[in-house]
Order: sequence, then structure tokens, then C-alpha cells
Amino acid sequence: MTAVDISALGIQRDDPVRARPAAAPRDVVAIAGRALRAVPRELETVIPPIFIALFFFVVNIGTLQHLTERHLNGFDIKAFMLPTAILIGVTGVSRAGSVVLDIQNGYFDRLLLTPVRRLAILVGHMVADVAIACALTVPILILALALGVRLESGPAGVIVFVFMSGLWSLAFAGFGYAIALKTGNPAAVNSSFLLFFPFLFMTSSYVPRSQLSGWLGGIATWNPVTYVLEGQRSLVTQGWEWDSLAKALVAIGVVGLLSMSLCLAALRGRTRRG
Amino acid sequence: MNLTSNGATPTAISAERLVRRFDGTTAVDEVDLDIRRGEIYGFLGPNGAGKSTTVRVLCTLLSPTAGRAVVAGYDVATEPEKVRLRIGVALQEAALDPKQTGIELLRLQGRLYGLSGREIAGRLADLGRLIDIGDALERPIGTYSGGMKRRLDLAAALVHNPEVLFLDEPTTGLDPVSRARMWEEVRRLNRELDMTIFLTTQYLEEADELADRVGIINDGRLVAEGTPDDLKRSVGDDVIVAGVDGRADASGDAVRRLSGVRNVEVRGDELIITATNGAATIGDVAVALNTIGPVRSLLLRTPTLDDVFLELTGNHIRGEERAAGESESASDHDHDHDELVEVGR
Repeated sequence: MTAVDISALGIQRDDPVRARPAAAPRDVVAIAGRALRAVPRELETVIPPIFIALFFFVVNIGTLQHLTERHLNGFDIKAFMLPTAILIGVTGVSRAGSVVLDIQNGYFDRLLLTPVRRLAILVGHMVADVAIACALTVPILILALALGVRLESGPAGVIVFVFMSGLWSLAFAGFGYAIALKTGNPAAVNSSFLLFFPFLFMTSSYVPRSQLSGWLGGIATWNPVTYVLEGQRSLVTQGWEWDSLAKALVAIGVVGLLSMSLCLAALRGRTRRG
Repeated sequence: MNLTSNGATPTAISAERLVRRFDGTTAVDEVDLDIRRGEIYGFLGPNGAGKSTTVRVLCTLLSPTAGRAVVAGYDVATEPEKVRLRIGVALQEAALDPKQTGIELLRLQGRLYGLSGREIAGRLADLGRLIDIGDALERPIGTYSGGMKRRLDLAAALVHNPEVLFLDEPTTGLDPVSRARMWEEVRRLNRELDMTIFLTTQYLEEADELADRVGIINDGRLVAEGTPDDLKRSVGDDVIVAGVDGRADASGDAVRRLSGVRNVEVRGDELIITATNGAATIGDVAVALNTIGPVRSLLLRTPTLDDVFLELTGNHIRGEERAAGESESASDHDHDHDELVEVGR
């Protein structure tokens, strides 16, 4: 470093630049902006979910189309599978892993040393997650439209469909953040993926709930993802079925309430100074 | 000590019987501090002495278990938000996100401190020249060298023009050239901006070179405090280090009887003798030691902070330094104080 004359740099004691608390939305936007800027540098976090969703969408249609459409009169497997593929893609999309890295490399402490609101650190990441999840639904929707799927609810239904996917992604992401903040351990965060299987496969992902039998049908009735899938399917195949949409939003709300409660408790624990 | 939460006081950092415990272990044990505005305060101690924990309490990352601390006029326990607005902190490990570019990190830092876009742009221009890492600011931080990361970390701590700057072992792991550059920046920040700087270090020469006053911490307790010169004077005017081959205790007894000798510490085959006038005493010391056995080496030097630490704790702080593999420059520096070297080898 060459010697510099700081007085010539305008850094002076009477420098008018003085720190002040930023407004809460500004905190959130600043944190979300950082999280979104990181996405192109970490494509490994977004390409696999898109690939897996597209893969399951295509393979499931190829596997089940003849079987289901022959036996279920008027059944459209492509329309039926679209919400399944989207939820497979967006469930687990979160920046919780990067929060763990921040904790491990000390950057989380740097954030805590600033006047930023502690909640804004979390909310900023989650806003980014919703944006990423919504963006991830686009290529799957495009493929579905290319394969002939039409949303009965029209363009507004597409927006609600995408928004609902983002909300579900956020509700599920809360578990990952809770584990990240509680443990600061990347392996533990990855283990949150285990929740993915019961949530997404013990439900009506492959056949309508009426076709599920025995214990699986019972579990599917209690699985909130069942109602998210049914709400989204209603937008695709039925149009505006307010009852299904309300149940879907309540299901997302219940999961979100649980995950966010855990998340906020973990944030309090992580930022507690005692 | 009377602690007041008043930004107008001349005190930048004060602590009264500050305690921090972790699961029954006391990391900071009733530490009192009174650091004036515009002062560079060196907090010196070996690894695990409680330096970093003290910093984390003072900069609001940890709450005190007991006692009280006021930084920039505000209580760290009850008004942490106000403290955060007024301090800059460079922690022991450069706390940086390797995937952001330097410029992105500094901009985000500015936004979180509530600065406007124009203010941030101005500060980036200033700080870019200050840390002098050129075009690298546009590169991901993961590609930076250790020295560049430290400088960027320092810039991040300065974005909002803080009143008090905490530097937690800012030169640990740096090569001697980078260390010297960091010292120069610290001096300039203090001199030009009148910034109060609380600097923790395990390097004797760093505290000696930079600090207006030094606090020596050991096992969580502040064992001594004063200007480097005062602390060194407290040990004695001069130090004679004698290497003897065996019979060190007997040699020590022989030397203690000499006039002008203030204190003798026996450490293995080495005697550390403090004397009011080393030049006048060293001859008598050599003669006295020769009556007991052969003298391997005899060195007269001015006292160092290590001598202060030794007298207070019975241990060398320099041993910790060497253990950390960072001793070369420290040893070189210590030799600068030598007045007579290798008498009677």
C-alpha cells in the first residue's frame, strides 16, 4: 500500500457523512439485493432444481400417460403433473446455505455489527428466495404450455399459480433457515431436504387423492402439500375454484407459521448477545 | 470510575468491572477501562487472554455478564444500536463474503449504515484510494491475498466514518511488509482524523509502536496499564539477560546481592536481571556469575513489554508469539533495543 495523505482524501473529522439507521424496507432491499447478485455466481444452486423439475415432469408424463388417461375418463396427465413438477422444483430453494457460509466466515457478525435490523437479514434472504422460486417456475410453465397444457384460469391464473409456488417455497424454506441459524452447519441444512420426501411424495403428486388407498390416503389428507397441489391444479384444470385456492393458501399458511416460528426462534438465538 | 452515557465526554471507551463468562469460564474478569477520545489504546495479551471477548462485548456482539461498558457515549448493553452507529470494527478474521466483489461489499456496508447513494460514492472514492487495491475492488473477494482482505476489511469498518475503531489483531497472519503498511494506516487514521482506536494484539512491538497507552491482559484480568515507556520503566531502567550453563539458581543468588540490581528472574538457564543502570552494573554481574560457573552470553538491553508481562505474570508473552509462528519481525524489532550484544560468549 502506498502512503496516502488522508487529509487530501476528504476523510475528515467534520465529514458530514454520518451513519444513521436505514428504513426497514431499505435494509430488506439491501440484503435481498446481495442475495440475488450471488445467484449468477452460484448457478449450482438453481440449475439442479430446474433440471429435476423438468426431468420429473417429462418422465412422469411418459410413464403414466397411457395408464391414467386410459382408465380415468377425461384425465389430462400433463395438466395434472404440472403443479407436481413445479413444487418439486421450488421446494427447498433457499439461501439458507449461504447464511451458514456467512456464519462460518464471519460475515454474519459483520452484518450484526451494522445497525441493520436483525429481522431484515432474514427477510431480505427470503424475499430473494421468493423471487428465485417464481423465476424457476417460468421454464417449467413454458415447457408445459409447449406440450399443450392450457390454464383454465387464464393469464391471471398464471400469476396466481406462480405466486402460490413462491409462497410455498418460502414456507418450506423457513425450515432450512431455522436449521441454518440454529446450527450454523451446512450438513444440517442439507438434511432439511429429508422433509422434502414426506411432504412431496406422501400426497396426491402422482394420482388424484381419490385414487390413493389405505394409509397413504390417510396421510395425504393431513399433508398440507395435498391442498397446495389441489389448489394449483384447480387453476390449471378447473379455472377459479375459490374453495380449493383458499385451502391451498391455508395449507401454505400453516406450514409457513410453523417454519417461521422455528426460524424466528433460531434468529433470536443466533443474535442473542447473552 | 464514574461511567456516563454522554457523547460530549472526553472518554471514548469506558468499562467498569466488566465481566464476561461462558459456561462457568470467565473470559473477561472485572476489567476497568478509561480510554480518551483520539487515543490509540493497545490491548496486549497472549492467545486466550480475553482480548477478543472484550472487543466483542465493547462492540455489542456479546452482552456483559456483569459490570458496565460505555462506548462513544452509549451503554453497550442498553443502547447497542447507538453504539453500532458510532463504531467501526475489523474483527480478528477478516469478515468478508468471498463471492461479493470488494466494491459490492463496501456499497452494501454503506447502505446498511443508512448512507445515501451519493455519500456512498464519495466514501468509496476516498476509501478506494486509502486501501489502494486498485482494480481488484471489482474482483470477487475470494481472489484477494490476505493483505488485501485485511485492507478491505479495514475499509468496510471505515465506510460510515466511525468515531471509534476496533481492530482485533489486525496484523495477525500478515507478512512484515503488510504489517508495516497496516501500522502506517492506523497511525494516519488516528493522527489525521483524531479517531479513537482500540487495538488488540499479541505482538509486543505492535503495541509498543502504535499505542499511546497499553493495557496488558492475562487470564481475563487487566494486569497493568500505562504508556509503553511507563510500563517498561516500571520494570527497571535496563535489563541484563545472562545465559549460564547450569547452576542458574546459585548464579541468581550471586547476582541478587549486587548493588544496582533491582530484580532477578531465573528462567531455565537464563537470568533476567533488571538494573537501575545496566552499563554500570553489567561488569559486576559478569564477575559475580563467573565465580559460580561459565557465562554463555550476556546481553544488556532496554526493557520491553515482554519484560513487563514476565514480571507481572511469570510468563513470556513472546513465547506465545513464537508459537504462532510469527516471531521473525518481533525478534528483529526487539534487537533494535539492544545496546550491547553478546558480551562474554
